[in-house]
Amino acid sequence: MREQIEQLKIQLNEELKAVENLQELDGIRVKYLGKKGLVTDLLKGMKDLSNDERKAVGALVNELKQIANEQITNRMEELKEAEIKKEIESMPLFDVSIPTNLDRGSYHPITLVQRECERIFKSMGFTVEDYSEVVTDYECFESVNIPKNHPARDMQDTYYLENGQLLKSQTSAAQNAILKKYGDALKNDGKPIKAIFPGRCFRNEATDACHENTFFQMEGMMVDKDISISNLIYFMKTMLSEVFKKDIKVRLRPGFFPFVEPGFELDISCLICGGEGCPSCKHSGWLELCPCGMIHPEVLREGGIDPDEYTGFAFGLGLTRLAMMKYGIKDIRDLNSGSLKTLAQFTDDE
Amino acid sequence: MFISMNWIKDFVDLEGLDTLKLIHQFSLSTAEVENEIFFKGSDISGIVVAEIKEIADHPESKKLHLLKVDAGDGKLTDVVCGAPNVRVGMKTAFAKVGAKIGEITIAPRPLAGFESFGMCCSEAEIGISDDNSGIMDITEDVAVGTDIKDVYEIDDIVFEVDNKSLTNRPDLWSHYGIAREFSAISGRPLKALDVDDLSKYNELPQVDMKIEDPLCQRYSCLQFENISRNVSPVNMRIRLFYCGMRAINFLADMTNYLMLEVGQPMHAFDSRKVGKIRIKRFENPLTFTTLDNVERNIDENTLMICNDNTPVAIAGIMGGLDSEIVEDTTTLTLESATFDAASIRKSTVRLSHRTDASIRYEKSLDPELTTLAIARFVKLLKDFDNGVKIVSSLTDEYAYHYPQVTLNFDKSYVDKYTGIEISNDTIIDTLTKLGFTASVTDDNFTVDVPSWRATKDVTIKADIIEEITRIYGYDNFDVNTAKSPLFPVNMEQSKCDEERVKDMLVKRYNLHEVHSYVWNYFDELKDLGIENKGVIKLLNASNPNIETIRESLIPTQLCQIKTNVGFAPEYGIFEVGRAVTGIDENNLCIEKKFLGATLYSKTKDVKTLYFELKDIIETVVDELKHKAVTFIKAEPTSNFEHPVNYNAVICDGKTLGYIGIAHPTVGKKIDKRASIVFAQLDMGVLASIKNASITYDEPSKFPSMDIDLSFVTDTFEPIKKAIENANSPLIKKIEVVDIYEDENSKSITTRLTFSHPEKTLKREEVTDVANTIIDALSSQGISLKG
Repeated sequence: MREQIEQLKIQLNEELKAVENLQELDGIRVKYLGKKGLVTDLLKGMKDLSNDERKAVGALVNELKQIANEQITNRMEELKEAEIKKEIESMPLFDVSIPTNLDRGSYHPITLVQRECERIFKSMGFTVEDYSEVVTDYECFESVNIPKNHPARDMQDTYYLENGQLLKSQTSAAQNAILKKYGDALKNDGKPIKAIFPGRCFRNEATDACHENTFFQMEGMMVDKDISISNLIYFMKTMLSEVFKKDIKVRLRPGFFPFVEPGFELDISCLICGGEGCPSCKHSGWLELCPCGMIHPEVLREGGIDPDEYTGFAFGLGLTRLAMMKYGIKDIRDLNSGSLKTLAQFTDDE
Repeated sequence: MFISMNWIKDFVDLEGLDTLKLIHQFSLSTAEVENEIFFKGSDISGIVVAEIKEIADHPESKKLHLLKVDAGDGKLTDVVCGAPNVRVGMKTAFAKVGAKIGEITIAPRPLAGFESFGMCCSEAEIGISDDNSGIMDITEDVAVGTDIKDVYEIDDIVFEVDNKSLTNRPDLWSHYGIAREFSAISGRPLKALDVDDLSKYNELPQVDMKIEDPLCQRYSCLQFENISRNVSPVNMRIRLFYCGMRAINFLADMTNYLMLEVGQPMHAFDSRKVGKIRIKRFENPLTFTTLDNVERNIDENTLMICNDNTPVAIAGIMGGLDSEIVEDTTTLTLESATFDAASIRKSTVRLSHRTDASIRYEKSLDPELTTLAIARFVKLLKDFDNGVKIVSSLTDEYAYHYPQVTLNFDKSYVDKYTGIEISNDTIIDTLTKLGFTASVTDDNFTVDVPSWRATKDVTIKADIIEEITRIYGYDNFDVNTAKSPLFPVNMEQSKCDEERVKDMLVKRYNLHEVHSYVWNYFDELKDLGIENKGVIKLLNASNPNIETIRESLIPTQLCQIKTNVGFAPEYGIFEVGRAVTGIDENNLCIEKKFLGATLYSKTKDVKTLYFELKDIIETVVDELKHKAVTFIKAEPTSNFEHPVNYNAVICDGKTLGYIGIAHPTVGKKIDKRASIVFAQLDMGVLASIKNASITYDEPSKFPSMDIDLSFVTDTFEPIKKAIENANSPLIKKIEVVDIYEDENSKSITTRLTFSHPEKTLKREEVTDVANTIIDALSSQGISLKG
């Protein structure tokens, strides 16, 4: 028996050395330690031995069992480690220099500029209003102090429809509706009207690289008690500094627009030279950017708001022009072309 | 409009002030000044008055003369000159050696064999007119050697005001009006116009004149005779030329000069042709030849100046050829009138003829100007031609008076509007300088608006704010934020939806956002064979291919797909845009905001592409509203839609839009080998669908159980119904895991996931539900796949 035990120890040692994977190792474990394994067989063969002998051999068998267990476990760890090592070594080196296909969807550049402006105004507590493109004469002209016979109506640049409606020639067409929409909250709850209304406008004119019959504007207004010219300048400067992401100077000049009084042309310090004078500002240091002014009392009155109690300012920004300035788009017609060669470049810009 | 600073300085003393700074201030306080400022006369120097003493013919040239001129330096100078008008004793402008004309410095130089020491100059050469026909003929009595700039007002600073910025300021269409602004800006007083006292002629007979039409607001006239002067004084011609007008003759120049000086258009008739002035319209259209020798059609709305019943001028626009001043005219009738602004504007549009006069009348001129202009005219006329004789009294019919505008407001109104402190004294001072009559008592202001501002420009107290603030200077404003209370801001649902849809389509599905026009382009649709189904026409589009407002975004999108064939083998575009789908009972357009999306692929079959689009729609609606959509077969309404697989998209019982395939006739014109599918959703309907809130379901701690059921069926619809009808709370998820199709049959494998919140499910509980479904389907003849 004792010889048999020694024999098994040696045999196990050799087999463990020879084993190459976990599956074979498991076979060895079953072969020695399984229910019908060699070690178990030994135990079974002990029944013929004397008591003393059985005790002594029993201890030896148990020792063998323990050694076998340990050795198999050790071998298992070794094999596992070897396998991981093998897996690591078999990993090929990737060629990360291969370019990625970055094709993905795109936003229209107007959407990007519009969102940027909307973000700025939302952060200052302005609502964003949506308005129709087909409007009535009342909305576009009459309600914003452009009565019949006014020269602005003579310009022949409005698209009229056969039912007497028209394609809005200016975002101001939304002013009256917005004043009416928020008028009660202003009067009853003291909630100032702060709204921007981006939208598409239409002018009946021939198109070229600089002129389009379809373009985007964004108008904004604020109405409350005691809104002043001083506030207007503050908001325009703050907003435009955000839009252009630098501290810009603004300058107001008198400008005539029927829906404001006083009305202004707003210039900003030239974005290229900062006001020193350069070819892009025709050496004046200033760029004419947007019309603005204090909302005309008639416009407020027509919107149901008492101009003796409330005042407000309004401004208009050319979103199409902003987008062209921002991205250096030279031909305005590209914007409505639907050409993906142009448009697919504008993936996102936040 | 060009403004001469010399002219301005006739009326306001700007001595010692920086002219360029003042012009800059003018642009900030009054009206836009074009960038380029003209420094007239700065490019010439060293030109003096010289007298031609001797003339000899050039031996070889018929054109050239050899002159000896006296330039006041004690000797005669040899000059070779080619001008045809040289004569002995003539005084002319002479550029001495060393003189500069533009880039040229005059130096002695040989000319056809003779040395020339200087150059006799034409008016064009020294830049004071466009006359280059001969050398300048100086008739003034000035000593030879005098610098020409000391004789004439050649040095001047001229700037251009953008006419568009003057549309609301009739008073600024003149140097006197602009001078008033310079007076307010500089703080220097405005001088009164030097005029003739017309009351002297009150004893003389009246002109036979009568206004017979309310479109004429005022008509003033005066007759005079014995004009001997034909050419205007040089300084007058220089000013006209610097301001962009050509000198014609003394009388024509005078009316132009007065128009530029005081802003009142005037006209001189030959009195023989206008003995009986009547201002009226004609009931019947007629033709009339204006003094530019163009025959024009006059309709019943155009106001005419007539000699009794014979038209002699189009009121406010242009005189007639027949009544023009001619060689043998002896007596002249000077007209100075005011007409209804809108009527003049409309007439110019009808006649397609705008003139310097009509441009001013369109702005609503001050009727007070008519007699003032005549008084000024007579004063200048007499200054320049002392033989002139006035032969009538001032004849004046003042039919329409603008109401006197008086405005009352208090200091707090100014404070509120400006947001800064401007003192009462500053307010009064500013308004007074601008010609307003202003007074203040206990912070209450009363302001009378002067006639030249009261025709339309200043009518309400907010207008006064502009007067005060623009002169105060916007650059001088303290800039403050508003003190308004803060409130939360909510965005419109449709606006939120729009932004989220765009994000999903771009970020998740890689579509490209495009914009397109709101109208259908007739030619583009025709190219694709798409019928134009726009419901409303545009009346006045300048482009003949623009016919109607679009009724759907998809036809335009198909055109854009065609534009982009070749961009990539596969792409999708979308637009959130508007279309008019009908006319309502009030005859107003029914305008809708749509999401249109079109997918194009050369590599995928149409079914795969269609299901991609269907996936997009379902995902978008699920993302935005947490709601499911169903698709119901619908009938196409346009010829670009494939009749098969055209489905309505339904959510919450509302029709959200449609999904379809491009009709093969149209599709083949775009690309023979590509698949094209499209969908259009109504953003308004989408916004009206309430967002189902997320209902949290505590995950079961017990294992779930899946069973797969394969039914032989053509559509999933009955399976879906049967599962719904089984109405088991244990079903947590329904998923189609396989669709098998061969020539004979189609089967759909649905995986149902069951779980119970509080226990491990027993197999029987699940099979019971499954059997209910199986039985329900089997009763409709749909069996499990064998």
